[in-house]
Amino acid sequence: MSDLVRNILRLAIFIFVQAFILDKVPNLHRFVVPYLYFLFVLWLPFTTPRLTLLALGFLCGLLLDYFTMTPGLHTAACVLIAYVRPFIITLLSPKEAQEFTFREPSPKAMGWGPYSIYALILTFLHHTWLTFLQWLDFGTFMSFLIKVVATTAISMVLIVTVEILFPRKLKFRTNTA
Amino acid sequence: MRNIFIFIRRYFVLLSFLALQAFALWILFTYNRFHRAVGLGVASEFTGSVNAQVDKVDDYFHLREENRRVHQVNDSLMNLVSSNFAQVDTTARAITDTLRLTDSTRDVRRYLWRAAKVVYNSVNFEKNYLQINRGATEGIRENMAVLNSDGALVGLVVAVSPNFSQVMSLLHVQSRVPASLKNNNVFGTIEWSGEDPRFLLLKGISMDVKLKKGDSVLTSIYSYNYPPGFLVGRIADIKTDKASGFYNLKVRSAVNFNAVQQVFVVENLQRTEQLQLDEATRQKMEQKK
Repeated sequence: MSDLVRNILRLAIFIFVQAFILDKVPNLHRFVVPYLYFLFVLWLPFTTPRLTLLALGFLCGLLLDYFTMTPGLHTAACVLIAYVRPFIITLLSPKEAQEFTFREPSPKAMGWGPYSIYALILTFLHHTWLTFLQWLDFGTFMSFLIKVVATTAISMVLIVTVEILFPRKLKFRTNTA
Repeated sequence: MRNIFIFIRRYFVLLSFLALQAFALWILFTYNRFHRAVGLGVASEFTGSVNAQVDKVDDYFHLREENRRVHQVNDSLMNLVSSNFAQVDTTARAITDTLRLTDSTRDVRRYLWRAAKVVYNSVNFEKNYLQINRGATEGIRENMAVLNSDGALVGLVVAVSPNFSQVMSLLHVQSRVPASLKNNNVFGTIEWSGEDPRFLLLKGISMDVKLKKGDSVLTSIYSYNYPPGFLVGRIADIKTDKASGFYNLKVRSAVNFNAVQQVFVVENLQRTEQLQLDEATRQKMEQKK
């Protein structure tokens, strides 16, 4: 499967799961909303140009927004993590995109340590921005803080679960292709 | 000039990030103010068709519960059929949502009910919306009330596309619904705190009113949008606010928002006339000044 087809399928699945399963499970607590769809942005190939990253983040957020009827909310958060993503990757594993032996960020490609830090930082950024925008017209500062921490925690649990349950069979990059 | 181009080329990614972010925030904030968004009408045609497919599957999980409820409503409606009565007296007519105008023997229909089905619904956010499978082509307009199959209040239509409509649920922090107590017709406002989807808040009832737990809260007769006398919920908790002299009432919602499926969209056929009169009065009084 080419990267293009793979990522289109992924986007469809992530949005579907987020809109029809995670947003609909009876909430554990009013602070805890499970978010997973932004993993799409985290899983994009290393070689994605930064502009394309931004555009894809925008698309991913907007698509979910139209399902949850909050246009702009998830879009803003997704664009933010799509913009920050390349910096985090460079920080954590300082090499050129072409030098990676795997195509996309995964525990296998980066190692569990750096990968979970990568996921944690982006998850935290995403939730902070998202909750901040919600908090602007509703709620107290305390609930804002608790909500950021709680949603980040539940998202990290989900991400680790997904990584263990669905290990991506990533081919080595070869120069024959 | 050349320097500007160099600057733009150098920071192109950053600039496009800022532009996209600004665009996202713009649609977010304009949407909250007007309950509308760029392309929401077009988008809800797409999300609506996906939602309708998923909902087909989802229906099977609620069949038993929904059957029971529909059966109950049918039962109560059958009892209202005029053939059950030897004589239809005036008090019985008042219940059928009619107003008698010029001719005292003729009933004028005031509320028109349309059946619809919920295709998307959420309870987990601070601003929850439902999407129903009826839109402008079926005559749905903004500001129509939405009731569930038990006749309990669900929300208000806030946006319409050709085949689908968005309903602002009672579980929405901006929702304000006029409501009154069944026992003494004192009226207040139903709001939501954004916390527990089972409970609503009733505000604006002063502390000299006598009430107790379990009292019914109905939709108010003082409303252009909502048909009067339909159940909103029952008082679950009574707290008093000494400073303001008003009760803080917690109301257990009559609707289980997790499982809303079949709904009625209720149109007030005289709404335009009422609003025109209201507007005309206001203009008249201002001219007098």
